[in-house]
Amino acid sequence: MQLSLWLILLSILALTIGAFLAMLLRRSPAAATLAGSISALLACTLGFTAAARALYLGGSAALSLHWSVPYGAFALQLDPLASFFLLPIFALSGFAALYGAGYMRAYGREKSLGAPWFWFNALAATMALVILSANGVLFLMAWEAMSLSSFFLVTFEHEQARVRHAGWVYLVATHLGGIALFLLFVLMGRASGSMDFSQFHDLPLNASAISLLFLLAVIGFGTKAGFMPLHVWLPEAHPVAPSHVSALMSGVMIKTGLYGILRMLTFLGPPPEWWGWLLIGIGVSSGLLGVIFALAQHDLKRLLAYSSVENIGIIAMALGIGLLGLSTGHLPIAALGFAAALLHIINHAVFKGLLFLGAGSVLHATHTLAIDQLGGLLKRMPVTGTVFLIGAIAICGLPPFNGFASEFLIYVASFRGITTMQGFGATASLAIIGVLALIGGLAAVCFAKAFGISFLGEARTAQAQSAHECAWPMRLPMIVLAALCLALGMAAPLIITHAMAAPLAMLCRCDAQNIQAMLAPAMQSLQNVVIVGTGLLLLIGLLAGLRLMLLSRRSVEQTGTWDCGYAQPTARMQYTGSSFVQPLVDFFCAFLRTRRQSDEVKGLFPREASLQTHSRDLFTERLYDPIFSRVGNFMARLQQLQTHSIHLCILYIAATLIILLVWKLK
Amino acid sequence: MMAYLPLLQIFMALLLAPLLPGIINRTKAFFAGRRGQPLLQAYFDLWRLLNKGAVYSRSTTWLFRLGPIVILASVLMALLFMPWGGLQSPFSFAGDLLLFAYLLGLARVFTVLAALETGSAFEGMGASREVFFSALCEPALLIGLAALARVTGFYSLSSMYGAITPALWLHHAPVILLLIVALFIVYLSENARIPVDDPNTHLELTMIHEVMVLDHSGPDFAFILYGSALKLWTLGGLIIGLLLPSGLSPLVSLVMFIVGIILLSVLVGIIESIMARLRLVRVPQMLVSAGALSVLAAFLA
Repeated sequence: MQLSLWLILLSILALTIGAFLAMLLRRSPAAATLAGSISALLACTLGFTAAARALYLGGSAALSLHWSVPYGAFALQLDPLASFFLLPIFALSGFAALYGAGYMRAYGREKSLGAPWFWFNALAATMALVILSANGVLFLMAWEAMSLSSFFLVTFEHEQARVRHAGWVYLVATHLGGIALFLLFVLMGRASGSMDFSQFHDLPLNASAISLLFLLAVIGFGTKAGFMPLHVWLPEAHPVAPSHVSALMSGVMIKTGLYGILRMLTFLGPPPEWWGWLLIGIGVSSGLLGVIFALAQHDLKRLLAYSSVENIGIIAMALGIGLLGLSTGHLPIAALGFAAALLHIINHAVFKGLLFLGAGSVLHATHTLAIDQLGGLLKRMPVTGTVFLIGAIAICGLPPFNGFASEFLIYVASFRGITTMQGFGATASLAIIGVLALIGGLAAVCFAKAFGISFLGEARTAQAQSAHECAWPMRLPMIVLAALCLALGMAAPLIITHAMAAPLAMLCRCDAQNIQAMLAPAMQSLQNVVIVGTGLLLLIGLLAGLRLMLLSRRSVEQTGTWDCGYAQPTARMQYTGSSFVQPLVDFFCAFLRTRRQSDEVKGLFPREASLQTHSRDLFTERLYDPIFSRVGNFMARLQQLQTHSIHLCILYIAATLIILLVWKLK
Repeated sequence: MMAYLPLLQIFMALLLAPLLPGIINRTKAFFAGRRGQPLLQAYFDLWRLLNKGAVYSRSTTWLFRLGPIVILASVLMALLFMPWGGLQSPFSFAGDLLLFAYLLGLARVFTVLAALETGSAFEGMGASREVFFSALCEPALLIGLAALARVTGFYSLSSMYGAITPALWLHHAPVILLLIVALFIVYLSENARIPVDDPNTHLELTMIHEVMVLDHSGPDFAFILYGSALKLWTLGGLIIGLLLPSGLSPLVSLVMFIVGIILLSVLVGIIESIMARLRLVRVPQMLVSAGALSVLAAFLA
């Protein structure tokens, strides 16, 4: 165990060295890319192996080094929960580094690549450090470093005003969340008398104080995770970052927020029932509103960012039913809920990483992400198209891919809830079932749009017409991630029994054997799901063979699409993404408030007409804009005090000193 | 005999499913005072299509050719779990109802993607409506089944429907009645029947399901037609199962089930004859009310 911890430290060190090496070599884009990506790849391979080894061996290792920061200690701990979260972090960082090596080349002609590779390696290293920290001060510092490195990555293309705006929103949001975390750790530190995590167990506090700590954790960590309504930075920041960074941020960085909540849950003792209610409520609103906003988006990466909010909502629902089970004494439901949450965390990292990388390839090839400007890309980018399709099916939670396995577990937990719980517990289970079903249907709409309009049909613009497949360093990670979507779906029962028992035991406060026994019936079901999935693939192969056989000696012709007798269809006559979702956008107008700007068609022979629709975020518009503009106005009033006259400034200083003197003398 | 029962069930479904569209059409013809097409028309169509070549749009790729295969394969897999009234399904486990619902979802996604692949505005329009309506059907179906799970204490289709005895029926009559209505609406919508969609309409502009499969031909189209017939059968099983008691001898159950499915098709034919299709803007309201009925059933359960 100790060896694994040292190996992970070594990989963090390698990431740091790679970061500085990339900075040193910033004059040559190729050299900086080589240094940054190779070091990240090697370090992540090492880190992943070490974390997997730690999880396999079980147990935990701790390390404390001398550190002269007040209250701080360089204390690290590698327990099953930490090892579990390190796996997707290292894996996706490695894939993103490889992809980035190809992706960033296009930027190398105009910009230095030293800084982005420095911050990329720093982001990977600080995420690992956040997970390993076992001291409040160290945790907060790693957390801040993680936020800053991602901030600098988000603002990579800072020449554009919208990128600067997105970076600004992200910076403000992450620091407002940070305040809640600062308060949380100060309160916990005061109660326990130390900032070490080992002292945080069984705090001598009453129930309402503990609940306050939980609320602070939900606000602070929830801002990073993207809980609605704290999600507003996510759809701004993720689309403008370079695509491999978007993949890393959406795939794993936001999960550090969930890690924080889970870590706090291990400290805070048995949860009261309403914590479960709160998380289910957050999950329902994030999940539903996330997918509703996602389907109204015109920008492929913005759509994916909102879909991350949706998936975080699904995970929150799973955690909520887990907490509800824990607080009402239904341990099997708790185990199922937490297992579903952990599995979905991994699954979402895989398919969302894949989808963002796919969107990056589209941007790389066509220089646009506007869904309505694309079309027909599957013919021109067969590999990207195929892997994007796999990612889309997986994220919709359809069998036989991995998304289904985790959603299946949430459903099973809820069906168990509805058959065994009484009263509110049954109602909550019912709500989860209904909402998850609706989310499933809406996610299918959303990704039928994202994939169907961008990749299928005919190219709508010249850019889409001239698209080309991306280079091998970009293709390879996507292919591996797509294969993982299927493999994780097929191996879900194995992963849960072997890799998750230990972290689940920490969350449910019982031993691993007990967890395995409680999960056994669900695992039986999941194995049957795998059997059916295999059967489905076999049947598809069989039917494909039958079709080939039937068509083998017959005429197979090619012709134009049947357009009801109209012989000259053009690409512009196709349904667009906006028209595809228009019925749903109208149906959910209460949330979306989509604005339309149109030039009406005038006269008998109209020359031109236009229609623009724009769906702004409900919470940005209704909640944050008013608050921040009020705060801004108030601050502007304070500005009157600041007159740039040196006399007045000296007067202020003198007045302050006199007030302090009076206060001290009193 | 008992050992071969699952095989017999699958065989009956595979054999008899194409009969259902014929029964619906004959019922409609009866109401219209026509003789109508032969009862076995769907079989003739399938045979003819399977013996033809195929024509593909130049806009399409391998995905369009894969579509019908995935559609038929998913519906065939869903057939394994469908409830057979009092009979045990050929394959069942706790939670299989989710796989059932999501396999049908997989079939739908591939129908939609194949439609979008042609680049036709009409097919895009049909796809857009299909995904909208089915997104609203999904919660109605799963909440309805959750209500049934609460009443029976199981969450595998076979055990849930197997637990429906006359005593349970009487005790939970309101729940089951509400469920029948909710699931019937889902059944009509998912199978593209009136009042949601009219399979006989002659305007592509007003179609939903039919317009999405306009460009398929030959064996591909045969797969799709056969898949639709099987879907009529499988989703019908969810409704018929609620009405049939369990515990009878297997053969009696099997015969009763098949008679039930046939009567359900007659009912669909009657509905199609006596009512017009709803305006498209009204359809979501009907589907949401199906969801509301399911929720009500769940709260009564």
